[in-house]
Order: sequence, then structure tokens, then C-alpha cells
Amino acid sequence: MIELLSYGFMQRALAAGILVGVLCGVLGFFVVLKRLSFIGVGISHSAFGGIAIGVLLGIDPLVAAAVFSTGVAWAIGWLSRKGRLHEDTAIGILFSSAMALGVALISLSSDYQLDLFGYLFGNILAVSPHDLWLLGGIVAVVLTGISLLFKELLFLTFDEEVARANGLPVTPLYFLLLTALALVVVAAIRVVGLILVEALLVMPAAIGYQLAGGYRSMLAISVASAVLAAIVGLFVSYFLNIAAGATIVLVLTALFFGALRLGRHRRVTAGHPVVIGKRARAVP
Amino acid sequence: MTVAPTPIVDVRDLAVEIDGRPVLWDISFTIAPGSFFGIIGPNGAGKTTLLRVLLGLVPANAGEVRVFGRPPTELGRGAHQIGYVPQRPNFDPRFPVSVRDVVMMGRSCCLGLFRFPQRDDWKKVETSIRQVGLAGMESRRIGELSGGEQQRAFLARALCSETRLLLLDEATTGLDLPAQHELYALLQRLRRELNLTVVAVSHDLLELGAHADELICINGTTHIHGNPHTVLHSHQLREAYRCEFDFLSQEAREGALHLP
Repeated sequence: MIELLSYGFMQRALAAGILVGVLCGVLGFFVVLKRLSFIGVGISHSAFGGIAIGVLLGIDPLVAAAVFSTGVAWAIGWLSRKGRLHEDTAIGILFSSAMALGVALISLSSDYQLDLFGYLFGNILAVSPHDLWLLGGIVAVVLTGISLLFKELLFLTFDEEVARANGLPVTPLYFLLLTALALVVVAAIRVVGLILVEALLVMPAAIGYQLAGGYRSMLAISVASAVLAAIVGLFVSYFLNIAAGATIVLVLTALFFGALRLGRHRRVTAGHPVVIGKRARAVP
Repeated sequence: MTVAPTPIVDVRDLAVEIDGRPVLWDISFTIAPGSFFGIIGPNGAGKTTLLRVLLGLVPANAGEVRVFGRPPTELGRGAHQIGYVPQRPNFDPRFPVSVRDVVMMGRSCCLGLFRFPQRDDWKKVETSIRQVGLAGMESRRIGELSGGEQQRAFLARALCSETRLLLLDEATTGLDLPAQHELYALLQRLRRELNLTVVAVSHDLLELGAHADELICINGTTHIHGNPHTVLHSHQLREAYRCEFDFLSQEAREGALHLP
């Protein structure tokens, strides 16, 4: 184990896994509570279009994906906020179009060396120092932004209408959240791939949601389970020689079902859910 | 006669269209500081829209609206003088926030962006929670409270900024009768103690009529405006509520019962 950690690629993989775990654990909190998970799916799949553009133009595919996904995220936000389309319809249209664009462009490209599989399903062992810098930059920007605006984002997530009535800049904050989502998706592509990013966005926070009593503990559990899954998944995948991204997701799945069981148990013993619990307390 | 105090809310010839459809027209009224102003009208009368205009969430297409002497869309930081209690929000009962967290949200606008709550803010939160009678429940998850208690928590959130004007949209919907009475009694007490101006929207005329100093009945436009006694006994009220009143009148009910 110690010897394994002396390899540069393993150190980078571990660092990338932990950083992405922290990032997804934090952002997943809003994804689960504000029900943005389908937007997450849309943004992550549309990143494929950005990757293809990057490959074709000869720029870093992840940087291209970051710009492109942010654009798609804003388009989804704009279309659904305008009220012309339901949000899920807007997502369905935009993400399939972006993916189709990606496939079309890739088929034009003569670069057969392209690690398409790596983008789709992740290749954590191939994280380069350059990727790590990009990832570190995204972590710094997103976490600083979210921690500075946390109270506003929490209000917006809980009750958008009253947040707006109280004079909060709800629309800019929502677009900021979408931008963060796009950046996080791109950050996680190297680790789990764009197909599986959604798991990292939803499951850790869902585990927190099952187990936590308050938002602080939900956030802590969410981050802890994402980081734990990244570390455990990485080592298990190495020793069993299976794909790392998928292993991380499967570890999270196991954690989630454990939490679901534990959460149900807690609810029964603590007298949740609400209405039943209230009555039970009223009649001793 | 003494000079009337500067109104907190001044609406003149207001007209509002939503998606090209006129929702409100020819609406004028003023609300004096310290009054309890009730807005009544049947479903779909535009009551909520009127409240949203006062909150600056819906723009006026014509006429003039002033809240604290300024257009509501330009209140800026003045918005923290307005407390808003929406229709019972359809929030996730398992949303992991405590009563204290929810009430603190009301402080967000006073704090400003990028600022963290200080000791004074938490003190203000505790005070608001005490004022609505939820002391001891600060750490309870919002979804664990009963409907009446939740509504009081949202009232505390509305009080938690530098509130001078309280706007309530169908605040008693879904509450049983004792909880409705309690909420209105609480509003009356808070209005006196904190010197608030209260504007409440409801389709429950009798309950609101019993507590308001002034009622305005709207159905697209103003049908009648005055003290509750005049409004509740006017034929204009019946015009505005025509269907519901006919249906609920003694004759109509008896007629319905004796149908073959």
C-alpha cells in the first residue's frame, strides 16, 4: 500500500479523487436539495460536445468542455426561466443536441489516438500534473464562491420566491450555481467520466440527506462520503484491476443503500416522518 | 381634521397585465402606517398579483405604486423593511434546516452579500422566534413543526429584518380554526408591540374582516373599499363574489337540499 503511494500517478489519482470528492460533496448538497439532478445529467452529457470542439480546434478538451458546458448550463437556465419550455424539456433538447454535435465532430476528426473512453468513463490513473492544476483552480474558485454566498444559496434553495421578495439577486445566484455545476462536471470528468459524474453529484448528498439532521451535518456527511468513496474506490479498483471510475460509483452505491437503511431505522426510532412523529409526541 | 400621515403604501390607477391578459386595472388605495389592511376577493381576483406588485416582483403596466415613498422595484436595501409571509410554501418537509436557520434567512437581505451573521444577528433571530411564541423550538427541524407553528416560523423570518411592513398572502390557508385565530391574534399583538403595518390577503372574508381596520375587495378592479362593516354588508361585495355567495346563501343551500 505504502509502496503504491510512492508512484506519481497514484499520488495524483488520489489527490484528484479527494479534490473531486470535496467539490461534488459540496455542490451535490444544492443539487439534491434544489432538485437539480436532471440539470446535472444535462450539463455532464453536453460536456461531450465541448470535448469534441476542443479536439477539433486543438485546444485542451477539458478547457473547451468547461466553456461549452457553462454555455449549455446557461441556455438551460435561460430557456426554463423564460417559461417558454419546461425545464426538463429544455434539458432534454439541449443535452442530446450537444452530444450529437460531439459525436458528429469526433467522427470528422482524424485523431484516432483520442482517449474517448477515458472522457466517457474516466481515467483517474492518467491524471496529469496539468489536469491537477486545472482541478485545483476549479476547486479554489467554486469553493470560495459557494462559501461566500452560502447563506444566499441556502435561502434560494429553500424558498426562491421569498428570497426574491427579500431583495436577493435570485437569478444571478441561480446562474452562478449552474456555472459552478458546469465547472464541477468538467473537474470530475477525469475521475469518473462524464457518463458517471452524476453519481458523484447526487449520491454523496443523498447519503447526507438520509442521515443528517441539519444542513451542516448533511454537508459534512456528503463531503466525507464522496471523499471516502474516491479513496476506497481507487484502491479497490487497483487491487481488483477494474475500472476506477465505476468502482468509485459502486462504492458510493453501497454507501447509499447502507445510509438508506440506517436513515429509515433512524426515522422510525426518532418518530419521523413529521406528521406521525408530531402526533406520537403529543400523546405520550 | 388632522393631516393624514404619509402613507406607507400608495397605489394610484394601477393596471397589471400578465402575458397580455389584464389582471388588475383601475386600482387605487393608500395604506396608513400602523393599520391592518385586508385585501379580499374571490379566487383568481388578482389578490396575490397585487401583493407581488407591492413586493416588486411584478411590474405595474400603468399607474403608480409607491412603498415607503419609492417604487417597489427600486427599493433596493429598503426591501429589508418589508416582511413577506407567502402562501404556505410547498417545501420539502425533510429539508435539513432548523427553525433558527429558517428565521436567519430573513436576515440575509440586511446582512448583504458575502457577509456572515454576527452575534447581533443571532440575537435578532432569537428575539423574532420569541415574539412569535416559538421559544424552545429553535433547534427543531422546520418540517417537524405543525402547520400553525411553521407559519409562525415564517412569520418570525418575515420579522427578522428591520421590518415595518408585513405582507401576508393567504397566511391561514390550511390551518384549522384555532390556529387561524391564534395567528390573527398574534398579528394584532405584533402590530401593536412592533408598530407594524400589516397587509393581509385572504379569501376568507369573515376572519379577515374581524381583524382588519380596512378592507378592499377586488376582482380585477376595486369593487369596494372601506371599513370591514361597510364592505361586508355591501352589494358590491356580493357582485365581486357573486357565484360563491349565491351558492352559500341560505336559500341556495335549502334549494339544493330539496332538489328531487
